[in-house]
Amino acid sequence: MHSMSASTAAVLSEPVSAVVPQARPFVELDNVSLSFGGDEGLLALDRVSIEVGEREFVAVVGPSGCGKSTLMKLVTGLLPPSSGTVAVDGKMVTGPIKCVGMAFQNSTLMPWRTTLNNVMLPLEIVQPFKRERRQHRDEHRARAERLLDLVGLAGFGTKYPWQLSGGMQQRANLCRALVHEPKLLMLDEPFAALDAFTREELWIIMQDLWLSQQFSSVLVTHELREAVFLADTVYVLSKRPGRVIFRKRINLPRPRSIAGSFEAGFVSIVHELRDKIVEARS
Amino acid sequence: MTPARRKRLQHQLMPYVLTLVLLLLWEAINRLTHISSVILPAPSEIFGTLIREHAVITEHALHTFVTSMIGFGLGVVTGVLIGFATGISPAIYSGIYPLLVAFNAIPKVALLPLFVLWAGIGAVPAVLTALTLAFFPIAVNVATGLATIEPEMEDLMRSLGARRDEILIKVGIPRAMPFLFASLKIAISLAFVGTVISETVASNDGIGFLMMAASSRFDVPLVFAGLFVIAVMAVAAYGVCSLVEERVVHWAFHARG
Repeated sequence: MHSMSASTAAVLSEPVSAVVPQARPFVELDNVSLSFGGDEGLLALDRVSIEVGEREFVAVVGPSGCGKSTLMKLVTGLLPPSSGTVAVDGKMVTGPIKCVGMAFQNSTLMPWRTTLNNVMLPLEIVQPFKRERRQHRDEHRARAERLLDLVGLAGFGTKYPWQLSGGMQQRANLCRALVHEPKLLMLDEPFAALDAFTREELWIIMQDLWLSQQFSSVLVTHELREAVFLADTVYVLSKRPGRVIFRKRINLPRPRSIAGSFEAGFVSIVHELRDKIVEARS
Repeated sequence: MTPARRKRLQHQLMPYVLTLVLLLLWEAINRLTHISSVILPAPSEIFGTLIREHAVITEHALHTFVTSMIGFGLGVVTGVLIGFATGISPAIYSGIYPLLVAFNAIPKVALLPLFVLWAGIGAVPAVLTALTLAFFPIAVNVATGLATIEPEMEDLMRSLGARRDEILIKVGIPRAMPFLFASLKIAISLAFVGTVISETVASNDGIGFLMMAASSRFDVPLVFAGLFVIAVMAVAAYGVCSLVEERVVHWAFHARG
């Protein structure tokens, strides 16, 4: 599949996959609904079913207010669903799950910690790193520095987050989300506040990270090019209450390039997704 | 010296220049209008008194300083404790907060007769007055700093599996530090206010007592000398707090801008 040309891949829109093993999905949302304020309350998500395979990159797109961010909280167990079930790694989610990395639009780096210490934060909380943090301090530091190096922030570890640009902050944010080697990375519009060029730079970095580390990822975004660039599968949600109205397998070869995102195969997928969203809005 | 540095230096010197100008203006008006020194003594006269009476002024100033610092110290301890309890527990917050606000609305001078009744005159009612004035801004600020953690930060910590106490130690407390240090500056000024108020009515020591005694003898230059000394002490204490704040929570100054 990887060797397939972009144009051939674009024609295939039905799930045919070599990237994703056919075993049980790593994340499974089954008929999940969520209403705020009880049964009579505001329905945010309406019978949503989403599957994320092991090592799969899934993007969820939709208009603002379609409950995309709510989805993030459901998967990580920060919010319980009103009905339906959420399972991660074969286990039902009943409370906050561990071993997940998260990155938001707001980088939420702590201004009182240096960038390196920010990246190392999960190692102070997540087991087994927490237990061994005294003996393995140097190793942990090296691990964080390796990640910073990978995203082009070598030498910036001693700087404070407020001394970095917005793009650099988000790179550090990605490092922090991945430093404890989570099996699942949740991204809530992490690139939305950046300018167009910085954003594309970060798509490349994100792709490199995903190709070099072993994790599944769910990206919530309203940027369609971003979704197509990064994802193996894109889910399109309708406006509130959010329902899955379209599922699209993106079989473009990896690594994908920014130049490639302007080629016909890529653009036609973006248009197809866009049409679905416009359709759902009317 | 670069122009930018010269400009910064100019700005730093401005308050001192302005003070000097005001003093000279005051001196000039006094000399021109011949106002009696019982109403408004000239700065030269005040400084003369300051030098002549320095022994007695120093003794009372020291008393006021120590009393204020004890009141301030106790205010910090109670303020931090109450603020901490209020900030980490919504239940305590909803219970204590209205009481705190109500207590703050009471003019603290009105408590003085009680303090004197319980402890007699002297340093104790002064410490208590300083304490009751100083703890409030600290408690409110610490509580605010702890209670306003960004929801995303909390989500992040919870998704890592952090316990409540871990969130408190790694996010809540560092986050509350700029709030705490901002309130210390206000609290230390209020501690001086409380001490001097108490000394004017219920003490035989301290700058407040000295000024009251001097005014009853119509020794107005000494009243002003006392005022000058208390002002210098309060400003210096504020400055020290400010300096510590910049050192300890330097990140808050940059992060905001």
